[in-house]
Amino acid sequence: MGADIGLDVAKAVEPDRVHRSVYSEPAIFELEMERIFNKVWTYVGHESQVPTVGDYWTVQIGRQPMIMVRHSDRSVRVLYNRCPHRGAMLYGDRSGNVGKGIICSYHSWQFDTDGSCKAIPLDKGYQGTRLTPGDGNCNIKTAARVESYRGFVFASLAADGPSLSEWLGPAKIAFDDMCDRAPEGEVEVVPTCFRVIQQSNWKIFLENQLDALHPAVTHESTGRAAGEVEEAIHKKGGSAPLSYHFLSAFATPISKWDAFQTIGYRHGHCILTGYMGLRPRDPDTLAYEKVMEKAYGKKRMEEILGVNIHHVLLYPGLSVQSPLQQLRAVRPLGVDKTLTEIWHFRLKGAPEAIYRRALGYYNLVNSPSTMVNADDLWNFWKIHKGLESQGGDWVSFHRNAGQDLETNDVTTSVIGTSEQPMRNQFKAWTQYINGAN
Amino acid sequence: MARKAKPAPKSAARKSTTRKSRAPNGHDTLREVEQLLYRQAECLDGKRWQDFIELFTEDGTYWMPAEPKQTTGDGVPSIFWEDRNLMTVRLKRLTHPRAWSQKTAWGTNHVVGNVTIEQEDARTGDLIVRSRFHMMEFRNDTTRHFAGSYIHHLKKTKSGHRIKLQRVDMVNAEGPYEYVLQAWV
Repeated sequence: MGADIGLDVAKAVEPDRVHRSVYSEPAIFELEMERIFNKVWTYVGHESQVPTVGDYWTVQIGRQPMIMVRHSDRSVRVLYNRCPHRGAMLYGDRSGNVGKGIICSYHSWQFDTDGSCKAIPLDKGYQGTRLTPGDGNCNIKTAARVESYRGFVFASLAADGPSLSEWLGPAKIAFDDMCDRAPEGEVEVVPTCFRVIQQSNWKIFLENQLDALHPAVTHESTGRAAGEVEEAIHKKGGSAPLSYHFLSAFATPISKWDAFQTIGYRHGHCILTGYMGLRPRDPDTLAYEKVMEKAYGKKRMEEILGVNIHHVLLYPGLSVQSPLQQLRAVRPLGVDKTLTEIWHFRLKGAPEAIYRRALGYYNLVNSPSTMVNADDLWNFWKIHKGLESQGGDWVSFHRNAGQDLETNDVTTSVIGTSEQPMRNQFKAWTQYINGAN
Repeated sequence: MARKAKPAPKSAARKSTTRKSRAPNGHDTLREVEQLLYRQAECLDGKRWQDFIELFTEDGTYWMPAEPKQTTGDGVPSIFWEDRNLMTVRLKRLTHPRAWSQKTAWGTNHVVGNVTIEQEDARTGDLIVRSRFHMMEFRNDTTRHFAGSYIHHLKKTKSGHRIKLQRVDMVNAEGPYEYVLQAWV
């Protein structure tokens, strides 16, 4: 194994490089489940997914099957998807409404949507035992903490740790940027979730999200294909929808990506400043700006639409593309298998055309027929295979190492293609693995 | 082309099949439609992407809904919702020398059956046809299996029927995808 570090994670991460076992070693993955995913704030869903009392969605936090449910007091609760009696999962489907209450299909124990036990059939049989009706052990266990920010619901399985707001820090711009772009200041979910499984470690996806060095290489084929058709449409006197530009922008030459910037925050969160050119002067945008100006006034509208973000990464489980109202939640399934759940949101009060513009991106880039992620996922599998190999021990994050500008826990890259975001992610990774909340 | 396949007396074959009075004719039409569906499957399995696109009318659309309850792809999430321009983007990507994920060998095998003409416009000859498909894909040493139904809205043209809209409902449309779909199904 060359530099055999065994399972000594303290030796696995250096400021400019990481040992391959961090990606490929099942025991380290188990450690990550325990020390990262069982503690951090995990995105469970948007409040608009459960508009009516009793509505639920099933979701996974780390290894734990959970239920996000709308309680009778209108709050959103997050419960373990497990019956306290014999341990059966309560819901095996993805979403629905609990109706009169949560009922276990095994022995018909009944619960309220806050997890409290309402009824146990033939309950005399349990009297005087260690599972006596009325005591807390008969309730469904709840997530230790649940908080939401602008409609986005997070849960943590650990009782201690920073509040959601503290944990998000300046990276809460992911949700501010998304919601502020709505004339009503809110978004609502488009109730379709695309799910794509990647044959690779979860960290490979997160690193790729803010890697401005790869698009011109990985996505050249799609960028050029879209650019050629875009040009042909223009030559015929037509106008190509903005979706073509979303795709052709991927062919931006590698030398241009240095003009962008990455900014790292505490807890591994990070931003890539944008390049999509989302403020064209077409009639749809102008109509949208009129509605925005009416809602916010000209000065505030300019501030909102001037925010220049491509991705915000909320480490370790969420990638938010705020100007296009889309996000990808990362659910590690195993050391070499990762599920992404991909959602799109609608800007409340914005013209339909603005929703449709972003929908083009959702369909072309984020659906299972993606012409973009097809090549990312192929890379991810090859990266994972490479990191299982003994051809080398270290993963390099040397690009512009030692040049990051750091002030007050904010790290700025000197150029857009710096490997600063990966270094920032591993700084947080190390803190979590060493026991920080 | 389909008409050529119809058994007919040798000498009069060509003449008789062009007679207007022969259409609409249930058997001839069904045979023609089946041949079109089989040809489309052959285009996909043979990776003849341009031929696949040309089966569509100029304003034709290929649609794979995200959910079975959807009644249109317009304005809602779809797995595919592509006009000929977007199909051409896909073709150009698939055939680009640096479409990296195309570097591994892959192939598909489509079988189309249960072909039923659901509607026939006696005046225009336009059709709505339902069928079912099974597709096995072998890629990167892994097999995947997809199945579902096709609904073809076919427009009658001088050169036979062409596809105005193809709806592809996969039974596993809402499931998680192990990897993605790079080409049409």
